[in-house]
Amino acid sequence: MTDTSLIDTSPQGSTRRSWTFTIGAIVVGLHLVIGLSTLFWTPYDPTAMSGGRLEMPSLAHVAGTDRLGRDLFTLIMIGSRIALIVGTGAIVIGGLIGIAIGLLAAFASRTLDDMLAAGLDILIAFPTLLLAMLIVASSDGASLWTAIVAIGIANSAIVARLTRILAKRVLRMDYITASRISGTSWIGVVAIHILPNIWPTLLVNLALQFGLAVIAEASLSYLGLGTPPPNASWGRLLQEAQGTVYTAPLGAIAPGIALVSLVIGVNLLADGLRDIADPTRRRRR
Amino acid sequence: MSPLLGIESLTIQAGGKPLVSNVSFSVAPGERLGLIGESGSGKSLTALASIGLLPDGLQASGSVLLDGRQVVGARDRDLVPLRGTVAAVVFQEPLTALDPLMTIGRQVGIAVRRRAKRDGHPTDSITVMGEVLDLLDQVSLPQPQRIAEAWPHEVSGGQRQRAAIAMALACKPKLLIADEPTTALDVTTQAEILKLLGQLVRERNMALLFISHDLPVVAGAVDRVVVLRHGSIVEQGPVATVFGQPSHEYTQSLVAAARAFDDALEIAP
Repeated sequence: MTDTSLIDTSPQGSTRRSWTFTIGAIVVGLHLVIGLSTLFWTPYDPTAMSGGRLEMPSLAHVAGTDRLGRDLFTLIMIGSRIALIVGTGAIVIGGLIGIAIGLLAAFASRTLDDMLAAGLDILIAFPTLLLAMLIVASSDGASLWTAIVAIGIANSAIVARLTRILAKRVLRMDYITASRISGTSWIGVVAIHILPNIWPTLLVNLALQFGLAVIAEASLSYLGLGTPPPNASWGRLLQEAQGTVYTAPLGAIAPGIALVSLVIGVNLLADGLRDIADPTRRRRR
Repeated sequence: MSPLLGIESLTIQAGGKPLVSNVSFSVAPGERLGLIGESGSGKSLTALASIGLLPDGLQASGSVLLDGRQVVGARDRDLVPLRGTVAAVVFQEPLTALDPLMTIGRQVGIAVRRRAKRDGHPTDSITVMGEVLDLLDQVSLPQPQRIAEAWPHEVSGGQRQRAAIAMALACKPKLLIADEPTTALDVTTQAEILKLLGQLVRERNMALLFISHDLPVVAGAVDRVVVLRHGSIVEQGPVATVFGQPSHEYTQSLVAAARAFDDALEIAP
């Protein structure tokens, strides 16, 4: 294996991959560890007044306390868990529905495809948040799960449109025809060729949707349509901190940093994963 | 002996507009037939129709008998077992002929495993890999082991085309359909691929349906030619007759054009 003259060794994406992936993995991993640990342990009882009102950070309360005297860091930790549940739930729902509809449209007859495409465009024309608010408002009331389902359904339209167009592009390739000729069924074609080929792009899009879902949930909670008390959500922490933002800015800054770090972390991680999933961007071992 | 592929008054229409009209020809087992004509003359459509893989929106009528079975109007499910076992295709564009997200060895392996299953042969990965390497060796790929582990973007166009031929051979077809397999390659690679195709067809006693617009290429690769123009056959017969004494005006102009091109090359220093 000494002859490497035919192997593409262009440095495209090879060094970038390492740091985006590493930083993304560290940030998301940190949120994951913190979020999961709240199932067993938190520094303080999240509903108890563990200190004075609006305390500045101290050794006892690393992020200070909120206006009710609750430990802010504990609330942000629980917010991590909620955000991860919402993001994961929304992309699982959005991904499953979206990929299924997208593939259906790609394989459907011209008429059905046109109808599905038009329907998706109409859905996408609604802002995700507005659509999610409509769904939450028309259900029995705000809960974590209605928020997840609402955001997931809103996301599915975007995933479906992307899946449709990516699958259609792959379907035109000669290797699909070649594979069909060698006797692969349509289901086989989807499993062997289409999904692996559209996956790198879908993955990055799903990560983007994860970030948007976290932001959407925070927005819904900020408006009182998301996670109800006593569970802490970053969006509600921001809303509660609104009244005291000039006297105690940390109450808004700390959950804000948590929110932004998770969204950026997931995007960096997805970028790194895409480079791993796509051999044309990968260096030969 | 009944023909391997028998096409009778095949007509292909797109929304009422005929793209191929009333085409009839046959390919006997082991025979090498060339299908020639300019771009848009319906060569590739005829080939796709013969294995029942016309793009959506096109309707075929007439009769296509592939190994004795009717292809026109057949359900896709019934055609799946027929494809590959009877006919395999090598395409024009080596860039899109291989799945970019699969190593070459795995792609050839899928075809090998499917055929092994069909024939009741062992399908364990060691046997399959052995056969993959054997196939890559048969299409004269250097260092089969390295090629098998390579991704499509890591090898050259000629090597990709050889890999695509190996995939087609993996099915052990009785008829190999080559749809302009050398058009996208440079002239030296083109000659090598043609030599390889000719040798494989002879060794395996496969029939060959060779589609091209390149007269000299066709002349070297086949025994008999069918000339298509605007979706209709203008002339067919043995290579020597059709190219030696072309009877139709269109064929005469094709041959004259090819001669003029050759002469131009002769004059050039």
